[in-house]
Amino acid sequence: MKREIPLMIVMVTGIMMFIQYFMPYKFLWIPFVDSEKLFEFLNDWVMVIGILSLPLGIWSLVKANAQKLTVPGERFYSSVLLAGFLVMVISGLRPEWRTGGVHFALFQNVLIPIQATIFSLLAFFIASAAYRAFRARSVLATILLLTAFIIMFRFIPLGPLSSANNWLVEKILTVPNMAAKRAIAMGIALGATATAIKIILGIERTYMGRD
Amino acid sequence: MIGQLILNGIAAFLTLCIFSFLYKDNPFYKFAERLVAGIATGYWTMLLYHTNFKPVVWDRLAAGRYEYVIPTLLGLMMWTRFSRNWSWVSRYSIAFYIGISSGITITLSLYASLFKQLEATVKYPITFDGAGLSSLLIIIGVLSALVYFFFSAAHKGTMGVISKLGIYIIMIGFGAGFGMTVMGRVALLVQRVIFLKGYVNSLAGLFGG
Amino acid sequence: MTFLENLMKIDRRWIYLAIGLAVIIPAIASFTVPVTVSSEVKKIYDFVDKIGPNEYLFLAMDYDPSSMAELNPMAEAILKHAFMRNRKVIIVTLAQFGPGMVEEITHRLASEYNRVNGVDYVFLGYRPYPAITIMLMGTDFRVPFPQDYYGTALDSIPMLHGIKNFNNVKGVIDLTAGNTADFWIVYGNGRYNFPLAIGITGVMAADYYQYLQSGQLFGILPGVKGAAEYERLIEQPGEGMAQVSYQLVAHSVIIFFIVISNVAYFATRRQKKTAGGAR
Repeated sequence: MKREIPLMIVMVTGIMMFIQYFMPYKFLWIPFVDSEKLFEFLNDWVMVIGILSLPLGIWSLVKANAQKLTVPGERFYSSVLLAGFLVMVISGLRPEWRTGGVHFALFQNVLIPIQATIFSLLAFFIASAAYRAFRARSVLATILLLTAFIIMFRFIPLGPLSSANNWLVEKILTVPNMAAKRAIAMGIALGATATAIKIILGIERTYMGRD
Repeated sequence: MIGQLILNGIAAFLTLCIFSFLYKDNPFYKFAERLVAGIATGYWTMLLYHTNFKPVVWDRLAAGRYEYVIPTLLGLMMWTRFSRNWSWVSRYSIAFYIGISSGITITLSLYASLFKQLEATVKYPITFDGAGLSSLLIIIGVLSALVYFFFSAAHKGTMGVISKLGIYIIMIGFGAGFGMTVMGRVALLVQRVIFLKGYVNSLAGLFGG
Repeated sequence: MTFLENLMKIDRRWIYLAIGLAVIIPAIASFTVPVTVSSEVKKIYDFVDKIGPNEYLFLAMDYDPSSMAELNPMAEAILKHAFMRNRKVIIVTLAQFGPGMVEEITHRLASEYNRVNGVDYVFLGYRPYPAITIMLMGTDFRVPFPQDYYGTALDSIPMLHGIKNFNNVKGVIDLTAGNTADFWIVYGNGRYNFPLAIGITGVMAADYYQYLQSGQLFGILPGVKGAAEYERLIEQPGEGMAQVSYQLVAHSVIIFFIVISNVAYFATRRQKKTAGGAR
């Protein structure tokens, strides 16, 4: 019951959704079952399940930081996290408070700048990594380096060479780059399909965890 | 005006706290990092409650739409994951989601990422002009890159030559990706600099500069 | 250690300082850089320009503050274009911090162009699970979104009368930094076959040209350069075009670093070979 019924649910729902794609009007010729409505109905259920599952992560974070309040080195930072969380929850309790006031001000002036700046550090890291590791050690590395230079030269006015460089960039992006990425995408699609089939047939069961 | 300047000042201060990490990890950076985690979690909690849980779950049940009782129960069953003895109950909810997603993925993934791509690779005619040459190069590029990823046969002889061409094509793709990535990463930094510049200009304006 | 060996082992904080200065210089001494328009951006511009008076544009702003530097300029440019032409826009976000950003942009531009929520544009709100949301919107917008973001029932919003799903919109433009673009292509365009274009960050831009060639996308806005090109087309310079001068200096510095490190590498390698040969 602990494993067999979930496996059965996966198989039945998986096969139903697979068949539904090929029978968009009447599902398995059953008279009163509209195939599109069935599709909508089941996906709507998944949305409801998903919305009720998301607070799991929120609870985990709050619980982990509440436990850290007793640890001397972590106490201050955990209390900052929990204080920020509580302030946002309280200031957003009423729906009309969310679109103005403290809640929105904190989003605009704390969340946006910090999150944007954390990711802006990547500019420094990519420069440092390029300096240290981007060496033309082999033919393959040289090809990669030269292609990267051609793409990067788009931003640098090269006078009479600019239009030639723009043409070359367009050709690189739409021919060899496109061919390589297409091959990778096709491989990923085959892998995703194989995994989905293995899940439906019960061969792949890692989503169930351990007993 | 003064209020907005103070708020922008807070944003600028927090921006500099994060930038201080470039020198070394320090309490200002850690403070800003934890603060954003708390604020983000709180924001998302209220967003989920007001705009997702209430209209999609609560209001529907309150309106007597009892077809949503079963998915609500399945969603609440997910919370048994916190119990060592009862966590197996959550498998029913997960199985529902996994089964439906897998069934949909098979057909749509094959259609959009395989069949449409195969069709596009071969449908353009090979002619004696720029477009025709591009079509030919695309076919050669896709096939050789696919051969490179085929590891069930040894990359020797003809197969070795084709897979070598394939890895050269792939390296061009990665080089193009790196070139575009530099633009993307620099843009993130530039946006913060533009914000700080705007704030400095506002301060200068306030003090009659 | 020789100068070249020292150069190869330089403390990374000097590199950080150089990049920092590279982006501060254009802030102090600003200059403009010409922007050439690419065909994949022009196609999106032409599409929005040709939307008729009774046709709707669907704009998905699926990004967070972490990628707003590249995608906010795109969103602004497209919305300005639609509002200037007095075209109706349905907006959604599938990113968890997207709503705040959508609100800021729509409020500002709506007051600038005198557009009214519910009449000229509507913001449906946020839903998690992008693939499921896209497929549900394909059947009926009211299934995943019984109300808009502000709590108004969709049936009571004037501009949504007679608008059921993607069959009733001219096309979809998705602005995203994550794999939401894949979901729109596979689950949206793949299932419902509506015209789709994407605006994506530079990191992902090179990965989507195959969908352009196959016709699954009708246009791509590749990163901040795409935003600058669109701003040039609508003749409304914004943050996209402002960024181009900074990009020029930063790219020059990074190219310089890569060249220097390679020169140092090869010179050091030759020195070691010569020293080894002498022994």
